Amino acid sequence: MIDLGYDAAHMLGAVVLLMSFALLYQRRLFSLLRVFTLQALALTATAAWQAFSHGEPHLYITALLTLSLKAIVMPVALHRIIVKMNIHRTIEPALSIGLTMVAGVSLVTLSILLVLPVTADATALTRENLALSLSVVLLGLLMMISRRNAVSQVVGFMSIENGLILAAVGVAGMPLVVEMSIAFSVMVAFIIFGIFLFHIRERFDTLDMQKIESFRGESD
Amino acid sequence: MAVTGVAAKRFPQASGIVYGGTAAACALVALWAVLRLGGGGAADTLVLPVGLPWIQAHLRADALSAFFLLVVNFGGVTASLFGWGYERAHRDHHGGPVLPLYPLFLAGMNMVLIADDAFSFLVSWEFMSLASWLLVLSTHREPETPRAARIYLIMASFGTACLLLAFGLLATDHGDYSFDAIRSHAPSATAAALGVILVLMGAGSKAGVVPLHVWLPLAHPAAPSHVSALMSGVMTKVAVYAMIRVLFDLLGEPDWWWGGIMLAFGAVTAVMGVLYALMQDDLKKLLAYSTVENIGAIVIALGLALVFKASHTPVIAALALAAALLHVVNHSLFKSLLFYTAGAVLTATGTRDLNRLGGLIHKMPTTAFLALIGAAAISALPPLNGFVGEWLLFQAILNAPALPEWSLKIGIAVVGALLALAAALAAACFVRLYGTAFLGRPRSFAAEEAREVGWAMRLGMAVPALLCVVLGVLPTPIIRLFEPAVRLMVEAGPFDDRAYQPWFWLAPTSAIGNSYNGLILLAVIALLSILLVVVIHRRASDRVRWSIPWGCGFEGPDPAAVTQYTPSSFGQPIRRAFGSTVFRARDHVDMPEPGDTRPARLSVTWTDPAWVAFFAPIGKVVDWLADRANVLQYMTIRRYLTLMFLALVLLLVMVAVTQQ
Repeated sequence: MIDLGYDAAHMLGAVVLLMSFALLYQRRLFSLLRVFTLQALALTATAAWQAFSHGEPHLYITALLTLSLKAIVMPVALHRIIVKMNIHRTIEPALSIGLTMVAGVSLVTLSILLVLPVTADATALTRENLALSLSVVLLGLLMMISRRNAVSQVVGFMSIENGLILAAVGVAGMPLVVEMSIAFSVMVAFIIFGIFLFHIRERFDTLDMQKIESFRGESD
Repeated sequence: MAVTGVAAKRFPQASGIVYGGTAAACALVALWAVLRLGGGGAADTLVLPVGLPWIQAHLRADALSAFFLLVVNFGGVTASLFGWGYERAHRDHHGGPVLPLYPLFLAGMNMVLIADDAFSFLVSWEFMSLASWLLVLSTHREPETPRAARIYLIMASFGTACLLLAFGLLATDHGDYSFDAIRSHAPSATAAALGVILVLMGAGSKAGVVPLHVWLPLAHPAAPSHVSALMSGVMTKVAVYAMIRVLFDLLGEPDWWWGGIMLAFGAVTAVMGVLYALMQDDLKKLLAYSTVENIGAIVIALGLALVFKASHTPVIAALALAAALLHVVNHSLFKSLLFYTAGAVLTATGTRDLNRLGGLIHKMPTTAFLALIGAAAISALPPLNGFVGEWLLFQAILNAPALPEWSLKIGIAVVGALLALAAALAAACFVRLYGTAFLGRPRSFAAEEAREVGWAMRLGMAVPALLCVVLGVLPTPIIRLFEPAVRLMVEAGPFDDRAYQPWFWLAPTSAIGNSYNGLILLAVIALLSILLVVVIHRRASDRVRWSIPWGCGFEGPDPAAVTQYTPSSFGQPIRRAFGSTVFRARDHVDMPEPGDTRPARLSVTWTDPAWVAFFAPIGKVVDWLADRANVLQYMTIRRYLTLMFLALVLLLVMVAVTQQ
């Protein structure tokens, strides 16, 4: 039973990481959102599985929050924003896809090299989970800097949050308050991003960051 | 008290309350310090539960602290007294808030002296620096002040940074920042060496050791005169305290080269300081440069004490340290006095330019008399206190052959020669100051119209002047008073208690049989002076004096037309001899063609070698770096994110690598 719990949790965490990689090579906004939804679903499943296998009912709340906010509300809202504002549907990468993938793989290697020795005395699940979540966080950051579109930067930010929650559910004894606050911070961040996107759009007629940058008086 | 100062704008009597309060508080602390020292100077410790939670604030007052508390607070008493009169005289055009900051400044200096851990020491030190910086800024309407304040702020931060690093180094091994812990754990040789250099740079920049002196002659004169007196006479002593505390107390057994460095820089400081002073036409700037010179003498004495302590001859070290401490007292007295007289002159005439003063002895007789005492004391004329200090210092220098290192034996002789040169030049400098400001005839209408200042200012000047004379005639009691501090630092006292030592006779143990008796000297000088006066009056005053009826315009009402010696002409021989090489001083004569009616002009230019050699290049490098770093100001959001990301990855890689 314990083996099964470990394997399943490991697999679900790996799915979250896999979705992070998938996010990196999406060229279209809608598919980006779809992949992001999948990642949120995988995260929900992880949280629920942890709640079930460790018998910690409060993790069900985390799972529920993740499911409702990240897998339903945000993708739908972003989808509506894209449709409503008629945003150009392709993503222009600042870094070529191949290079991004190479960088992503090396980041995962780095986080495994980093986390495994540090947590030598922790349980195997915690160690794997921390390595996976650190990779997700780093990949989210990589996504934020390798894309020129504002929407994809928002998605990158959300996937960083996913990585944090993955770490939170993996570590036993994380208080519910922390998870709640993370969930709320994601909410707030999403609202701010939404308003932000509308304003950028209203003012500059585009969400392509490269074009927006040229509006700054001081940039070259 | 600071709160009262804030309210001063509305209530005119608040000035009296603030200055009265600071005077009373300082007098109490000074009295307490005297009682402590008189009672042998046992250490008092106090731990306050403030500050960082796991460090707390340790306070401690031993004999050394008590001695410096006495110096600081006595200066505070006279400065409060003088400042009260000065503020009243300058009420109409006083530029900024002095009242709330003045008590804070005094409190900051007191806190430095009683701090017993590195943290509270540095906080108090910075508190003192910032309070004095704001006091300098209080005259921000004058054109020179903003630059002075900016340079002061930079140098003060530099000094604090050096001290911070020094304490960090000294406490590296055990991580405990209380002075007790630093004292009991001797640091490693390299840490101690670096710590010594950093402390000398940090405290030296506050004290004004060449080449870190550049802020001092700008900032000290810019403040109101009683604050200038405090900064110059007292705050530099707090820096000296920091040097003594770290080098003699915290670091344990010294190395001889520490003293060697101090001797070299002290000698350069003394000579350069007085040469700068000789070329100044601004009264307060001249005094500030003279502070640099005196700090040089104190640093030489400290260096000697360190050298002798390192070579295990504590009796001579005690003599040198006693000379340093006595000079600390003396300089705080006569430099405060001279700054007060400068303030009085400024109040009466509205100018500090020597070229516009003159003849003040007729208009302000009390101030002139007190300034004469101050000038004579700082020129080390017997029987005043400056002479005793230098006498003790030279006794210590004459002991140099007792040292084992040949380089020091010869080097100290050179230092002694330079110190003698500095002393002689200082005398010339103050003859120049007194002669042009107080003697002769007025050089401007402002000087012609000068009136004597109020009683509070005169009393503030009279107290240190009186003490200058008393300490000069009877130096032994004050040396007895701070003997516990000397014993604490070098484990020996300057006096041999087995021999008979009357209280009016100054005969230090190691002075090779030399002794000083101020009473006899006073009697001889008084006798000779009376004889001289009698002879002059008999032989000269009765003669019929002839003068030319038209007097070359000398009787005319326009003082500007009077042709007399100017401060520049007085300084010219020395400027020619030293200045042309050290300062690249040049005289330019602009002689009109025959038939042209414009006047001929002589202008003097000179450059400060410290600026050229150190500060200008550093400024250029900083500007260059700032230009390069300016690019960072104008990047896109994505680039900023990339930078953060790369920094994060770099740190993670470092962690990963160091774990292997």
